[in-house]
Amino acid sequence: MKNTFQLEKVVEKLSHYLPSQSPLKDFIHHNTLHAFQHDSFHEGLKKSSELFGYKTYLQLSEFRQLYQDAKINKLLLNRFIPSEDKSHWTTCLLEKDYSEQTNPRIGELRTQWKSQYKIDLDNFTHSTLFRITSSYLDQGISIWNFPIKDLGFLAAMRHLESNGTVSFFKKRRAKELLKNTELQIEDCLAILVGKEDLYERYLFDQQFAHPGYSGMVSVLSADAHALIDERQIDFVDWIIFECLLEIDALDAHFGEIWMPIGQHATDIRTLFGPIEMTELDEVKRIWQEAYEWTYYNEVLNGLKEKSVVEEKNPELQGIFCIDDRECSIRRYIEEGHPGVQTFGTAGFFGVEFYFQPYGSTFRTKVCPAPVTPKFLIKEQAKKAKSDKEYHFDTRSYGLAFGWILTHTMGFWSALKLALAIFKPSMNTVAVSSSGHMHSDSTLIIENTDGQVTEDGLSIGYTVNEMTDRIHALLMSIGLNQAFAPLIYVVGHGSSSSNNTHYAGYDCGACSGRPGSVNARVISHIGNHPIVRQKLKERGIEIPESTQFVPVLHDTSRDEFTYFDIEPLSKRNKERHQVNMRLFDQALDFNATERSRRFVVMNSRKAVNKVHENVKLRSVSLFEPRPELNHATNTLCIVGRRSFSRGLFLDRRSFLNSFDYEVDPDGSYLLGILNAVAPVCGGINLEYYFSRVDNQKLGAGTKLPHNVMGLIGVANGIDGDLRTGLPSQMIEVHSPMRLLVIVEHFPEVVLKTIQSNPSTYEWFLNSWVNLVAFHPIEKQFYQFSNGVFTRYDLPQEHLVYIDDAMKFVTNESENLPVVELTL
Amino acid sequence: MELTFKFFIHFFILLPFVSFLLSLFIPKKKENALSILAYSSVGLQFLVSIFFTYQWASHGFHEINLKEFSVYQNGNYDFYLDFYFDKLTMVYLLLGSSLTFLITIYSRYYLHREEGYKRFFNTILFFFLGFIIIIFAGNLETMFIGWEVLGISSFLLIAFYRDRYLPVKNAIKVFSVYRIGDVGIILAMWLSHHLWHENISFAKLHNAEIVHDHIMQNSLVGLAIAFMFYISAAAKSAQLPFSSWLPRAMEGPTPSSAIFYGSLSVHIGAFLMLRTIHFWENQIIFKVFLIFSGLLTAIIATFISRVQSSIKSQIAYASIAQIGLIFMEIALGWEVFALVHITGNAFLRTYQLLISPSVVSYKIREQFYHFKRKQATLEDSWPKRFEYAFYILNLKEWNLDNLMYTILWNPLKKIGRNWQILNFNYVFYFIGFVILSGLIAIQFREQMPAILRHQLPFFFAFSGFLIVVKAYTEKDSVRKSLTLIMLNHVAIAIAISFNEHYDFMHNLWYLSGILVSWFVGLMVINYLRKREEWISLDQFYGHVYEHPKAGIIFLICCLGLAGFPISPSFIGEDLIFSHIHEDQIGLAFFTALSLVINGLATVRIYARVFLGPHIKTYHEVAKRSS
Repeated sequence: MKNTFQLEKVVEKLSHYLPSQSPLKDFIHHNTLHAFQHDSFHEGLKKSSELFGYKTYLQLSEFRQLYQDAKINKLLLNRFIPSEDKSHWTTCLLEKDYSEQTNPRIGELRTQWKSQYKIDLDNFTHSTLFRITSSYLDQGISIWNFPIKDLGFLAAMRHLESNGTVSFFKKRRAKELLKNTELQIEDCLAILVGKEDLYERYLFDQQFAHPGYSGMVSVLSADAHALIDERQIDFVDWIIFECLLEIDALDAHFGEIWMPIGQHATDIRTLFGPIEMTELDEVKRIWQEAYEWTYYNEVLNGLKEKSVVEEKNPELQGIFCIDDRECSIRRYIEEGHPGVQTFGTAGFFGVEFYFQPYGSTFRTKVCPAPVTPKFLIKEQAKKAKSDKEYHFDTRSYGLAFGWILTHTMGFWSALKLALAIFKPSMNTVAVSSSGHMHSDSTLIIENTDGQVTEDGLSIGYTVNEMTDRIHALLMSIGLNQAFAPLIYVVGHGSSSSNNTHYAGYDCGACSGRPGSVNARVISHIGNHPIVRQKLKERGIEIPESTQFVPVLHDTSRDEFTYFDIEPLSKRNKERHQVNMRLFDQALDFNATERSRRFVVMNSRKAVNKVHENVKLRSVSLFEPRPELNHATNTLCIVGRRSFSRGLFLDRRSFLNSFDYEVDPDGSYLLGILNAVAPVCGGINLEYYFSRVDNQKLGAGTKLPHNVMGLIGVANGIDGDLRTGLPSQMIEVHSPMRLLVIVEHFPEVVLKTIQSNPSTYEWFLNSWVNLVAFHPIEKQFYQFSNGVFTRYDLPQEHLVYIDDAMKFVTNESENLPVVELTL
Repeated sequence: MELTFKFFIHFFILLPFVSFLLSLFIPKKKENALSILAYSSVGLQFLVSIFFTYQWASHGFHEINLKEFSVYQNGNYDFYLDFYFDKLTMVYLLLGSSLTFLITIYSRYYLHREEGYKRFFNTILFFFLGFIIIIFAGNLETMFIGWEVLGISSFLLIAFYRDRYLPVKNAIKVFSVYRIGDVGIILAMWLSHHLWHENISFAKLHNAEIVHDHIMQNSLVGLAIAFMFYISAAAKSAQLPFSSWLPRAMEGPTPSSAIFYGSLSVHIGAFLMLRTIHFWENQIIFKVFLIFSGLLTAIIATFISRVQSSIKSQIAYASIAQIGLIFMEIALGWEVFALVHITGNAFLRTYQLLISPSVVSYKIREQFYHFKRKQATLEDSWPKRFEYAFYILNLKEWNLDNLMYTILWNPLKKIGRNWQILNFNYVFYFIGFVILSGLIAIQFREQMPAILRHQLPFFFAFSGFLIVVKAYTEKDSVRKSLTLIMLNHVAIAIAISFNEHYDFMHNLWYLSGILVSWFVGLMVINYLRKREEWISLDQFYGHVYEHPKAGIIFLICCLGLAGFPISPSFIGEDLIFSHIHEDQIGLAFFTALSLVINGLATVRIYARVFLGPHIKTYHEVAKRSS
């Protein structure tokens, strides 16, 4: 028999298709179906559905309902119906009955254990495997941890087996196999499967029966440093152990006389064999495109029709994160004062580093996940943070101490519970965005000669490095002249309670941490006199009176925390006092606008009252939705703020400032799009897939979730780890792909995206949609199949609304694009 | 004053009952109405209980016993409802109503927009009703009603996410343990009839002299009754060897797990021991047993808790360990102390479970500042061989989860599998023969030799047992399985008919509910078969997704068929046992076992047909492993 099984290739392929979600502490949004990104969007979706049984679109009935509700435009739908056989397709779209049953290829071999051998193998192996794995990887729940941590996973299991008297196995064979240090996965597969050409198939079926744990192990196998308490777990070793569990279960059931499954396997489709598109696939594709373009069209029309806003003589400038949650707060600040100008950029503000808080020996990365920084920023404070919560004290689970505790603190718990219900307040179990850094600490930002290092990381930046960073930031957002006296740099974070996915609520551009440190660092750089000198040499002159102020925006509480106010000049301090009132008002409005989605909350009260309720909500133990995060995100506008200012985009847009005049050849644009595609595209697609298949691609409802080893969540105690987003985060999301709108010449945009193949793939394969706005012609160009073609909008009237609060609080569903003032 | 107290006790029973009934009629979409009804009725219960407690205490803590009405009376058999109020009831009332009040408010927001919002509040109110009936019960019969309500509402709460595999599987698992606990009570009732020659009330147990006299005469029966109490209590309070169900019950939304499996449900076993303390407090053997079993549970559960890597199972085992200590305290006669302990443990574990999702951010933050690698634990100082072995044992939960399978369910399945060889027609021929010969034999029972009359019941009960085992292991036809379950009851009825005092009315009581439930159940299955391609018992079908109404009707039928207190059959069950002589241990055993398996078989049918991942995949369906 020829050698068909190549382990390395198969494992690589497995890891590629398995969910690649990191442990909870580093939750980072990514395209859930990244494995299919080499195919075009619709083909990839079809493939994933055929292979793994995922739902990848809304149900047909949902599309038809959207059409009924005019959420899908008739004209646009018509545009996507193939012109040769219109009536046929119209019937298919609107009336024809289809079976939407999935019949995935995965599992076809494995299911034969049940059909041919009458044994439910999963029942015997899964819970044991999960339990051992989670105990081995546990980061701090168990009190008595796995006794052997220094050896790799399989070696540790072998050590336990050889040196203990109790075994995880029941029968002789598995024990003997485990003790053999030469054991290869092929040996196990020979027993289980028998036929070499089915090995790969068997492993896929086996691992995709529990993608959560498999994905986690595969991620940890590739990066051992992903855990604080590091573990060596090799993916292949782990699979070997699972095979041994299976062999043991079969031995226990049949004795050692069973035949490998390959001997009996029949009717198995090749997993990666050719896939046929059906009529239903085409119908879904048409619906999806029509659904998306109905909304896109509305937005593009709004951008074109809205009145031009002149941004002159700015009195106050704010640099915000690109995040869609900052979309509305910027609008309210701008509307509060005509002299306000806001900018958006990735929330790490171009300063990439590790942050080491005072009192900690660990460092946390605060820049986009793919970047590996060479810098370290250390915090210096008076005392380390420590809030103790005795309810998490492991001694409470002990016998004697627990006995004392129940008699005493047990009654205190009753009081705490009552308080948590009737009077929620910030408490030790909540996550606070301010916990990231002391507000009055000092940061070591400057490295005078570039020689001060720690573990190969430079502590702080030299003046030249600083200048490079602020120069790049200002150029990329197009702020190279007309500086206001105060420039606020607003990072963001989020406070929540009882939230295992808290890391997904903070700033995505800071690797799931609040952006406060970054805001302080870049402000420090901007205020640095020598840096300003050097900037001047490079053509950017910041007036001496101008000062940068770092701010942290808490997106769930809608609060601003200001840092480093002391160094402000007297005049600027006065200005700051005035500005704070503006911000406070804007935050009230913003909280009220957000509250419209929280159905149980009355949004029509006075704005400050609503805001108070929003704050309470953020720390309420019983509130599974402290905020709705990126739900409904659909747009990313890359261009001058004047291009979108005044338009109500319903918190659905990422906003990145960019001035094509400052960057005629697109070099800064490349940097922006390199981040936009994976970060915003990743967020968008994770929401998309978690919404269309919340069971297989999302985490299901979070209400029964149980924390496993601090690395993941499962339902109950013996379920698989859940990946993706819980239903509470995505239920209001409209599953549409991201539309990136770039204000630049189409030819420059094309050249720019083509210069980075990995970024280009996102656009070419339409995992994100792209439109360029020709700044001279004032026309939109749609990118598709590698070329830009002019996109003609049906001219529509843009509605003008002058009572924003009334408009936003009237409705809890998605709102139309309108022009809006307070 | 007596009259006012009586009024209040009725109020405490009726309020949960009425609010549960009302909650059934509120439309699904009305989240507000549902949650307001729930928390205001439970809140009212709490407020009134504070007021009542104050009044009652100021009158000197006198126990109140209310003999309500006889549901069925015949000779010295009297099935009557009886309510009782003492300090024990008071503590459980305050604890239960305050916690349930807090949790209903909590869930009002927590479950917002969740599929099954109504179902959740229905089930919580149902559970609360069961809890109240148990704590107010003045005799075993009344308590058993609450006991059953608690069991079925637990099943529904654990299987709250009924479209996934694991919750349904675990709900059945927990239900089967509860069912064993039920048998404990049934047998205790049976033995009590013979010990007291009446349906004794708890109030009478306070009379130390009477208790002492009876037990002295019949010390073995006394011991047996005490052990039956223990089995029921241990099953409900997750003591050894039943412990492993508790962590597996944590499948529902966190607040429901917190209140039921963190506090109320799991402390009901301790309640039973306290309630019956005057019965067994002078039985030294039992007391010593209770102390040791409590201690053993406490130690083993503590070690299992130490190795748990999931937060909820860690809390569950820690709670079991404390309840082990509580059992010891009760055995030692430290009643007040035990009550304080129960209350503290209930509040502490509830709160710990509620904030359990926060453990991630809390511990990660803590580690970020204070992480020390390789913290030595107590066990690291042990000899390695021992440490490893002990670690694995604890990780495997001392094989407790498999224990029930190896000693009980697997042998049963084996019996059923052997039956499998027989063609179904033969099975029915056999049953037909049994029933026919039984009916004929009854006609001639007076003429029979005494020895035969004494042995025949056993034969029929055993046949009934075989029939129900067949029903339980049936993998194919739903209708056949249902019919077998019904026939099991018939066989039992025949068996009992051989004993003296035979009264046809007794069997009518017993079989009336069964036959109606069976018939309606068949109709539902027929309705389903017309609409669905295929239904069998070989897997979960999840048909509740498309047929929720049929699901509800069928659930009610299953409850009726299992002798749940919604039909006269419930009283019939108790009646049946009153006819079993105290020397007919085999008959009692197989009748009881039949009832256990009967309940499991009906719940299994309901679960397989209506629950679990939906067979149709046009909508999102969860992976089996999730």
